[in-house]
Amino acid sequence: MYTLKLNIRSIQLKTLKLQNPITHKLNMTTLLYDGSFDGLFTAVFEVFEYRYKEVEIVNKERFHQENIFAEIHEVITRNDKAERVLNKLEQHIGQSGIHELLKVYLSEHPESEHLILSAVKQSIKHPDENILQNYADSDILKISKICKSVSRERHRMTAFVRFEKMQDGVFFAKIDPDFDVLPLIRKHFKDRYQDQKWMIYDLRRNYGILYDLESCDFFYPEEKLDLHQYQQKFHDDENNYQKLWQRYFTKTNIVERKNLKLHVQHVPKRYWKYLTEKR
Amino acid sequence: MNFERLKEKLEILADAAKYDVSCSSSGGTRKNKKGALGDSSVSGICHTYTEDGRCVSLLKILLTNHCIYDCAYCVSRSSNDIKRAAFTVEEVTDLTINFYRRNYIEGLFLSSGIFKNADTTMERLVRVAKKLRLEENFNGYIHLKSIPGASDELMQEAALYADRLSINLEIPTESGLKLLAPEKNRQDMLNPMKYIQNGIAQYKDEKKIFRKVPKFAPAGQSTQMIVGATNENDLQIIKVADHFYKNFNLKRVYYSGYVPVLEDKRLPSLTTEVPILRENRLYQSDWLMRFYGFKAEEILDPNMPFLDLEVDPKLSWALRHLHQFPVNLQTADYQMILRIPGIGVKTAKKIVSARRFQVLNMDHLKKLGAAVNRAKYFIDFNAGNAYLKYLTDKNFRKLLVGGSSSKFHNQFSQQLSLF
Repeated sequence: MYTLKLNIRSIQLKTLKLQNPITHKLNMTTLLYDGSFDGLFTAVFEVFEYRYKEVEIVNKERFHQENIFAEIHEVITRNDKAERVLNKLEQHIGQSGIHELLKVYLSEHPESEHLILSAVKQSIKHPDENILQNYADSDILKISKICKSVSRERHRMTAFVRFEKMQDGVFFAKIDPDFDVLPLIRKHFKDRYQDQKWMIYDLRRNYGILYDLESCDFFYPEEKLDLHQYQQKFHDDENNYQKLWQRYFTKTNIVERKNLKLHVQHVPKRYWKYLTEKR
Repeated sequence: MNFERLKEKLEILADAAKYDVSCSSSGGTRKNKKGALGDSSVSGICHTYTEDGRCVSLLKILLTNHCIYDCAYCVSRSSNDIKRAAFTVEEVTDLTINFYRRNYIEGLFLSSGIFKNADTTMERLVRVAKKLRLEENFNGYIHLKSIPGASDELMQEAALYADRLSINLEIPTESGLKLLAPEKNRQDMLNPMKYIQNGIAQYKDEKKIFRKVPKFAPAGQSTQMIVGATNENDLQIIKVADHFYKNFNLKRVYYSGYVPVLEDKRLPSLTTEVPILRENRLYQSDWLMRFYGFKAEEILDPNMPFLDLEVDPKLSWALRHLHQFPVNLQTADYQMILRIPGIGVKTAKKIVSARRFQVLNMDHLKKLGAAVNRAKYFIDFNAGNAYLKYLTDKNFRKLLVGGSSSKFHNQFSQQLSLF
């Protein structure tokens, strides 16, 4: 039920070497997992299974050994273990709580594993409370902030995705979101566009969603998609509708009320290159 | 299709429609049917923002800007010498569908100048919505303008296909309307509004009994008032808004600062600035009524019928009711926490749930998202609060105003700059 099998072809985060004070303690165990959501929760399961006290969970692909005294434990992803944690957790914090932890995971935040483990520990300790509401706790507040950022990015993607109709009739969109939100927008677009083929492709993480009128699945190309001479592959009408949209965008503006500060606040510049009306 | 001609029409008719503020696409509950196009998102989506910072959610156009009326405040008034154009029903549906497929918009907001008479115009608007729903299988958002004086039969049909219907009151007072739009009368606007309101109520009743009842304007009704074209005061405007929220169950009232576009001796001169700050204060008051539990009478008192431009209406209320402060975060009820300046709905909710776990202090408050620069003067913490001494200071207001700078300060200064 919670098997979100996502290969995180992760970005090289520059902020990886978080100077977490516990990292430098002795008797520290480092759990390496494969980067998947189930892998992460298998690791969480094993923290309890082996009763590790001083522990950190690290994505294998982002691992650089810092603490030469740390003991390394490689986690083999087991869906049954992950599901046991998630099912238990669901009883405490509900499905919406699990969804929040999923967002933390998708944020690719350097502390995401630490925060999720912290939330699980707190939840086990206080099974009768929804600990995700304890905003005075610094980890929980961080979770709530990350969720807010991820949700905002998700919402922006539902708004800022711009499809371009290609010669073969597929509506194609390129995105480059700050967080890995594709899994969060799949349902939105699947519900909305059922009578046209479409594709949303994450340029940074090199994977996408493809809907072919029957199924709507993730795809992981071996190499980056070839976007060479992209515009030559447009459908005949495409440029016309883009022009109409650009003219509409200009004309619906009230010049007397110009407020560029507000404009940029709502449509940050980093999205402009993908917005038809801002090109 | 002749794209050049279509582009020209779109330019004229988008330009003429832009003064309608509403672009909301929220409240639609229409779900996609199998294999069709479109699905309304309950929260609404702004797909982009214009350079004036307004949300673009819908394709907002007029069907035509030909109009038999000569309302002083309107660019499309019959005596104005401008380019006129009219879309065909097919052109509007084609634009809507093609924009929607590219994820540019949530749907269509169709209004129109009045040609021939009310019913002919309304009938044409309904025809667009009907074609989109029945022929194009479109389940996105449709907002239609109700034409003042349109017959009940057409309103009935409009509500079956549209998500939202709206009639703009335009001028808050009846005397103002008589002055600027002598051919229109208020009753013609109220009738269709009342009809839709009753229809929605009836739908809700039937829904309790039958499982399947055809949708009837599921996103409700809204209206809009122009601010600053006539000499009404803010208290009158708020009272009108309150009246319509209560008696017509409106989802939204929009306020549109008058943009001087036409020279007319009944109107403010062309050099008048758009009253953006006043408009903002009206929206803040509107929010206080809808989300903060304020009553219209609490926002302004009859002796001071204009909103304070220097401080926001909630702070203004607090300054007039200092005896109700400080508020204890640990024990006060939610309604009172909402009334603390600098604390919004989300923060108030977070406070109420976080205080069950521990005693809150100033540091927590900041992290929970409150605007502490204002809130700190009004809150009594268990651990004490040094800022409370200012509450009784006679320069308290000055202190507050000095401690924050308005986001409008430079951009929309009330003072005209010389250069």
